[in-house]
Amino acid sequence: MSPDTGNRLSGPLPDPSQEAGYPPEHPQRSGFFTDTSVCIGCKACEVACKEWNLLPEDGLNLTGMSYDNTGDLGADTWRHVAFVEQRIDPSTRSRVDIGMPGMGAPEPAPQQEAGDATEVRWLMSSDVCKHCTHAACLDVCPTGALFRSEHGTVVVQDDVCNGCGYCVPACPYGVIDMRPDTGGASKCTLCQDRLGEGMTPACAKACPTESIQYGPLDELRERAEQRVEQLHEQGVTEARLYGHDPRDGVGGDGAFFLLLDDPEVYGLPPDPVVTTRDLPAMAKYAAAAAGAVAATIAGCFLGGGR
Amino acid sequence: MAEAHPVGFQWVMEAKRRGAKIIHVDPRFTRTSAMADAFVPLRAGSDVAFLGGLINHVLSGEHYFRDYVVNYTNAPMIVGEEFVDTEDLDGLFSGFAEGGYDTTSWHYEGSRVNASAGERDRWDELFGEQGPEHPSGRETPTGGPERAGSGGPVYRGIPETDPTLNHPRCVFQILKRHFARYTPEFVEQACGVEPGRFREVAEALVANSGPERTSAFAYAVGWTHHTLGVQYIRAASILQLLLGNIGRPGGGILALRGHASIQGSTDIPTLFDLLPGYIPMPQAHRNLNLDTFVAADSAAKGYWGNMRSYLVSLLKAWWGEHATADNDFCFDRLPRLTGDHGNFRTVMDQIDGKVRGYFVIGENPAVGTANSHQQRMGLANLDWLVVRDLNMIETATFWKDGPEVENGETRPEDIGTEVFFLPAAAHTEKDGTFTNTQRMLQWHHKAVEPEHDQRSDLWFYYHLGMRIRSKLRERQGERTAEQRERDRQLLELTWDYPTEGEIVEPDAAAVLREINGTDAADTALTAYTQLRSDGSTRCGCWIYCGVYAEEVNQAARRKPGAEQSWTALEWGWAWPANRRIIYNRASADPEGNPWSARKAYVWWDPEQGCWTGHDVPDFDAGKPPDHEPDPEASGPEALRGSEPFVMQSDGRAWLYAPTGLLDGPLPAHYEPQESPLSNAFYGVQRNPARQVYPRPENPYHPSGTETGSAVFPYVFTTFRLTEHHTAGGMSRWLPHLSELAPAMFVELSPELAAERQLRHLGWATVITARAAIEARVLITQRMMPLRVGGTTLHQIGIPWHWGPNGLTTGDAANELLGVALDPNVHIMETKAGTCDVRPGRRPHGADLRRLIDDYRSRAGITERTGVDPVEGTPHPRSDADGHGEGRANDE
Repeated sequence: MSPDTGNRLSGPLPDPSQEAGYPPEHPQRSGFFTDTSVCIGCKACEVACKEWNLLPEDGLNLTGMSYDNTGDLGADTWRHVAFVEQRIDPSTRSRVDIGMPGMGAPEPAPQQEAGDATEVRWLMSSDVCKHCTHAACLDVCPTGALFRSEHGTVVVQDDVCNGCGYCVPACPYGVIDMRPDTGGASKCTLCQDRLGEGMTPACAKACPTESIQYGPLDELRERAEQRVEQLHEQGVTEARLYGHDPRDGVGGDGAFFLLLDDPEVYGLPPDPVVTTRDLPAMAKYAAAAAGAVAATIAGCFLGGGR
Repeated sequence: MAEAHPVGFQWVMEAKRRGAKIIHVDPRFTRTSAMADAFVPLRAGSDVAFLGGLINHVLSGEHYFRDYVVNYTNAPMIVGEEFVDTEDLDGLFSGFAEGGYDTTSWHYEGSRVNASAGERDRWDELFGEQGPEHPSGRETPTGGPERAGSGGPVYRGIPETDPTLNHPRCVFQILKRHFARYTPEFVEQACGVEPGRFREVAEALVANSGPERTSAFAYAVGWTHHTLGVQYIRAASILQLLLGNIGRPGGGILALRGHASIQGSTDIPTLFDLLPGYIPMPQAHRNLNLDTFVAADSAAKGYWGNMRSYLVSLLKAWWGEHATADNDFCFDRLPRLTGDHGNFRTVMDQIDGKVRGYFVIGENPAVGTANSHQQRMGLANLDWLVVRDLNMIETATFWKDGPEVENGETRPEDIGTEVFFLPAAAHTEKDGTFTNTQRMLQWHHKAVEPEHDQRSDLWFYYHLGMRIRSKLRERQGERTAEQRERDRQLLELTWDYPTEGEIVEPDAAAVLREINGTDAADTALTAYTQLRSDGSTRCGCWIYCGVYAEEVNQAARRKPGAEQSWTALEWGWAWPANRRIIYNRASADPEGNPWSARKAYVWWDPEQGCWTGHDVPDFDAGKPPDHEPDPEASGPEALRGSEPFVMQSDGRAWLYAPTGLLDGPLPAHYEPQESPLSNAFYGVQRNPARQVYPRPENPYHPSGTETGSAVFPYVFTTFRLTEHHTAGGMSRWLPHLSELAPAMFVELSPELAAERQLRHLGWATVITARAAIEARVLITQRMMPLRVGGTTLHQIGIPWHWGPNGLTTGDAANELLGVALDPNVHIMETKAGTCDVRPGRRPHGADLRRLIDDYRSRAGITERTGVDPVEGTPHPRSDADGHGEGRANDE
C-alpha cells in the first residue's frame, strides 16, 4: 500500500504485515471467523487452547452466569465461551427483557397463559483476541515484545516482555493481561507455533461444528457475508457481523464474529476504537501547545529585553 | 445430544446447514435446544404418552407409508382371539398374573412363537419331545429379550394375514385401537405439552417422511433409564416403521452411546448373559449340549438359523485344536447361568454375604450407580475388590472416606474388604478400536507409552491369564483328576498373542484378527457367510467377521470423504459386512426399485441379477425381489425376496411383539416408579411388570394420589454436562475440565426458586427417601414450570458427575435414586423421580439420618410403599429374592 493514505494508526489497512516490514511474499493475512450461530457451547476451544499453549487452570469458580464459569478472557484464558440466556418473542425474534448479560438470578417469568409466545434463547459465543488491524497493544509496547507476525496476527513474546503493562489498558476489548506467574503480558497468539507448520490453530481444530473457522482473512470475510445472507434468507434476520469492517475503529479485526444480537449482549464493545487513534492529533495539539509555551517564554525574554 | 455428544452433534449441525429441521424434546432446555428449530419441553417420564400421541396422529390421519407397512412390517398379521388390550383391561394386557405376564395370549393366529434363544434349550424339560411345536408359554423373569440376541424371537408356522389391514384382529387394527386414546389432549395432560405445539411436531414429522423424505430419531439414556425404558424405544420403532423411516438413508432410531465404545462392549459383551455377537449365554440345566442349544434356531428362518456356525467358530477361536466334533467343540466349557448375575442383584448379594470378590473396571459405582449407598454397602462386604481406573476414584477409597465413614455409620477398621487399586492406561496409551453407534469400528493408535504402572486392559487380562495358567500348570501334580479336567478350560485356551515392547503389551491387531476369524489354512475370513459348523473356521465374534478381511485392519482405514462415495465405505469398518445402514433392503420397494430417486440407496439390478447401490446390500446379493422360498427351507434361504428384516424370523419388522417382551406387546404409558401424578391414561399407575426391590436401604416414594405423595412434590431428572464425563472418573481430576464446571449444582426455574426461597448460587438440599444431598443453586429460565394435569409442575435438573474425590467435589446425584428396573433389560430408572428441595446445606452425621427419617415418616413410607404391581394387589416377586439382572449403568 501507499504509506500516504493518512493516519497509519487507524483506518483501512489492507496488509498490516507489509506495513510492519515483511517482504511482499509474506503469507496471506490469516484470522478467525467465529460463527456463533452454530456454536454449541462445548468449550472444546477453551480446553484445546489451554492444552496446546500450556496455560494453567485459573480458578474453580462457579460464576452463576449460565454455564460460563470462565468469566472473561485473561492472561491464562485465551478463548472464552459466553453463554447468554434470554427470553424472546418468537414472532418478532426480539428480546423480551433488556439484553444485557445478567449477573444475578433471573426473575420468574411474567404470568403466562399456556402457549404464550415467549420462548427461551440461549446464545453461545467463543471470544478470542481480535488481532486488530491497528493493534494498540502493539503500538504502545516499548520493548517490541508485541509484534505483528508474517501472518498479520499480533503476538506477544514472553521472554522479551518487561512487564510494564502498558498494553493492558491500551486494548479496546480488554483482552490482554499480565500473567502473575511470569510477570509478562499474555494473550492468544493465533497459535503462531502451529501456523508456521501449516497447521490450524488448536481451537479451530477442536471445534466440532465449524463455529470457529481459520483461514485467509479475505476468504473468511467472503464466507461470512454469504453466511449472513443465508441466515437472513432462513429468517434469522438478527444475524450480523462484528469486527469484519476495515473501516471500523480498529481497521477491522483479524478475528471477527457472526452474532445473533447486539455485541453488548455478548460482552463485546459495540464500537471499539484503537486507543492510539488520536495520538497524531494529540501530538499535533501537544506540539502546538509546546510551540505556544515556547513562544510565550520567548516573548517574555524578548519583551524583557528592552 | 449437543451436551453429551458434541462431536456427533456436528452431523446434526451439518444436516441443519443443508436444510434439516431439528426438533428437540426434553424436560430441560439444553445446549441441544439452543440449536434446535423447535424445543418442546415435556415432563420427565412421559415420553411414551408423547410418542403414542404421534403414533395416533399418523394412524388416525392416514399418514402412514402404506406400501412399506403392508410389506415390511407385521401389520397384516392376525393376532389370536385370546389377546386383550390395555383398552379393555384398564392398563393391563391379557395374561397378567402374579406380577408378570403369561405371553401365550399375545401370539398370532395359526403360528407358534417360541421362547427366545438361551431359554430354548429348556424345551425338552418344559415341553418334552414335542418342544418346538409347543407354544412358549410364560416368559420367565430370569431373562429378557437379550436371550433373543440381536434377532427377534423365533416363531414357526405361517400366521394368518390380511394384506388389506381390515381384519379387526390384525396388528394394524389393534394398533389403531390401542393408540386411539393418545389424543393431543391426553398428551397435554400427561406431558404438559400444549396441543398446538404437539401438532407442530406431528405435522413436521409426517411432512418429512414418505418415499421422498426420511426423518431420524436420536436418543440416549433419557429414554432408556426408565421402568419402561424398552417400551420407549418400542414406541419410537413403531412410529418410524409406520412412517417408513427404517432401513433408509436419513432414517433410523439412533442410540447415542454414553462412552466411546459402549456399542463395542455389547457386541463383544461385558454383560453376564451374552456371548460375543449376541449369542445368548447357555442356562444351566440337565441334558444341555450344543445340539439342544442351537436346535431351535437351526430350523428357523433368517440369519439366526446359522447360529451353530457362529457358535462353533467362537468355540474354535477360544479352544483351538482342543475343540473338536467329538467333544461338542468344548461347549461344556462355557459357563452356565444359574440365575440372575446382573449388577443390582450382585450388589444385593454382596450385602447379603453371598459374593466374595469383585472387579470394577472403568466404572465408579460408589457414586455412579443408582442408590450409591447400596452400592457401597456391597463393596464394604467383600473379601477383596480390584479397581482399575485412571484416578483414585470413590470406589477405591469409599472404605476410608465414603459418606458412611463421614456420617459415623461405619469405621474403616470395620470394613474387611481388601482393595487393590491398579492404575489403568488411557486410550491414548494403547492401540485398539472404538465401535460407535453406527456399528462402525475405528482403530486408534497408541500416541504415547503408558507411564509407571499404568497398563491397558488388554495387558491386564492377558497377563492375569498367563499368571493363572502358569500357577495351574505348576500345580497339576497336586490336582485330582476331576480338577485337572476342569483346569483344561483355562489351560487349553488359545492364549498365545504376540507381544511387543518393554512392558510386553499384547498386540491388539492380533486380537482383532482373532475376532475376525480364520479358515483352516489360517487365512483371515472376509465375511460371516464363510463360517462353518464343522470346526473348519474360527471366529471370535461372528458379526465382526470381515474387519480383518484380506489380512488388512479394515477398521484403520481413513480414506478422506472427498476421495470416495458419500457413504464412505472406506472409512473404518461397520458390522455386519461393512454395511452402513442395516436392513437397507427396505430402501427399495417390494419390486426392488428405489422408493424415490431422491432416497435411492440399495436396489435390484435385473440385468446383473443382483442387489447393488451405494451401500453393501443387507440381503442375499443374488436373491431376486420376487423370490418365493421353498416351504421346507430354513435359515436365510427361507426368507422371501421382499422381506428386508433378515435377522427376524419372518423377515418383517414388528409393530406388535407377539413374544420377547415381559411387559406388553405394545407400549403403554405408565407413570415412573415415583411420580407426583396419577396415570391419566389407565387405572394402572406404574409398569405392572417392573422390578422393585424393597429393602431397608432402598425404600420407594408414594405416587399420585397415594397418601404421602405430596411430601415429594417435585420431579427431578439426572443429566450430563459437556464439561464432565459420567461419574467423573475421567474429568474431575483434570484441571482444564474441572474449572469449566467447578461445582455440583442443581438447576431449577425462577418460579420454583421463589416457591422454596432458594437463592441463585446459594445452597440447596435435595431430599428423597434414600438420601439428602446438597448442591449450589443455578436459577435459570431454561427450566420451565409445566402445566400438567391441571396443576403447575416443577422439575429439577441434577447433574450426576460429582463425588467427594478429585479437584471439583460435591455430593453424588445417585445417592437420591432408588433401584427400580425395567423388566426386560433391568436398567434402573434415573431419569424421572420425585424429591423435595429446601434452602441451605444438608446436615451431617446423625442429623442427616434424622432428616431422611423425618421425610420417610411424614410420607408414611413402609417396605410395601410403591411395590405393588397393580395398586391394591400384592407383588409376589417384590421380596428380597426378586429376580433382576441389572446391568451396569451404560450412560
